[in-house]
Amino acid sequence: MADLSAREMELVAAIQGGLPLVPRPYAAIGKKIGMSEQQVIKQLADWQADGTIRRMGVIVRHHELGYRANAMVVWNIPDEQVQEVGRLLGKQKVVTLCYQRPRRLPDWPYNLFCMIHGQDRDVVLGHVETLAVLLSEQCDLSGLDFKVLFSRRRFKQRGACSIKEKSVTPQQIAGSC
Amino acid sequence: MDEADRRIINALQTGIPICDHPYAECAAELDMTEEELLRRLASLREEGFLSRIGPMYHAERLGGGLALVAMSVPLEDFDRVTEQVNAFDEVAHNYERDHKLNMWFVLATEKTERVGQVLSEIEEVTGYPTYNMPKIEEFFVGLRFEV
Repeated sequence: MADLSAREMELVAAIQGGLPLVPRPYAAIGKKIGMSEQQVIKQLADWQADGTIRRMGVIVRHHELGYRANAMVVWNIPDEQVQEVGRLLGKQKVVTLCYQRPRRLPDWPYNLFCMIHGQDRDVVLGHVETLAVLLSEQCDLSGLDFKVLFSRRRFKQRGACSIKEKSVTPQQIAGSC
Repeated sequence: MDEADRRIINALQTGIPICDHPYAECAAELDMTEEELLRRLASLREEGFLSRIGPMYHAERLGGGLALVAMSVPLEDFDRVTEQVNAFDEVAHNYERDHKLNMWFVLATEKTERVGQVLSEIEEVTGYPTYNMPKIEEFFVGLRFEV
């Protein structure tokens, strides 16, 4: 489902400020755009079923919750093993996101990215060490080439992609770290 | 934030149901009244622990473009470039990180084609090249934070 109808976009726009804190929030959303509660529920449930909505829930500010060490860990994995290693990394509890991305040679040889969010740097580095051992052993990778890029400063926390006149915050979109 | 708030955050990151009375259902699971849950959610949002209550989308399925982009910016130029990059509405998170490629930001655009245009404009205005690293494959998207 790549292209949403105008009506569907209206629903996306109506809900992007968030689900109202009232007993029947889907009715309240529907009321803004002339949809019934049941129409809203059906459309959102369909989107959840087909993966357009990854989940409906609360989205936290992880920094404010004490997750202050935010590390992007990048790995240089042989192309023929990247699937296997990516799946294994993605299953580890400490990993919050895991993607394969293109190398940008010669400056950037890393093709597998994961994020680890932790309370402090030492804890995160400990997790990385554990992951490195796991990958070496289970995927038979010797001389593993990886780097840990901690964030030093956060400059912008919400930007926007414009849908109609309003904006979708990147936090509405998973995978944006 | 107390124990009840923590239980709310942990449970509701996993999901709020899509049904007539979603908060009443969550409240029953959490063994509190709907009024209490709504009141606590409002103050958690007020205090800045929650950024939003609602859907987390799969950007590409909404037809949008999403890219992770890196730049290598000399320290003396860093503030100027940060300001120029952040001025683009399409730029989402922007982090300074420990590497020669020291600026990392996410672009979220309404249309896929716009990613390339924004990157050209950023290169033009800043004078530095961008390294676009769009995802090839997604292995896991969790982004759930236990408290």
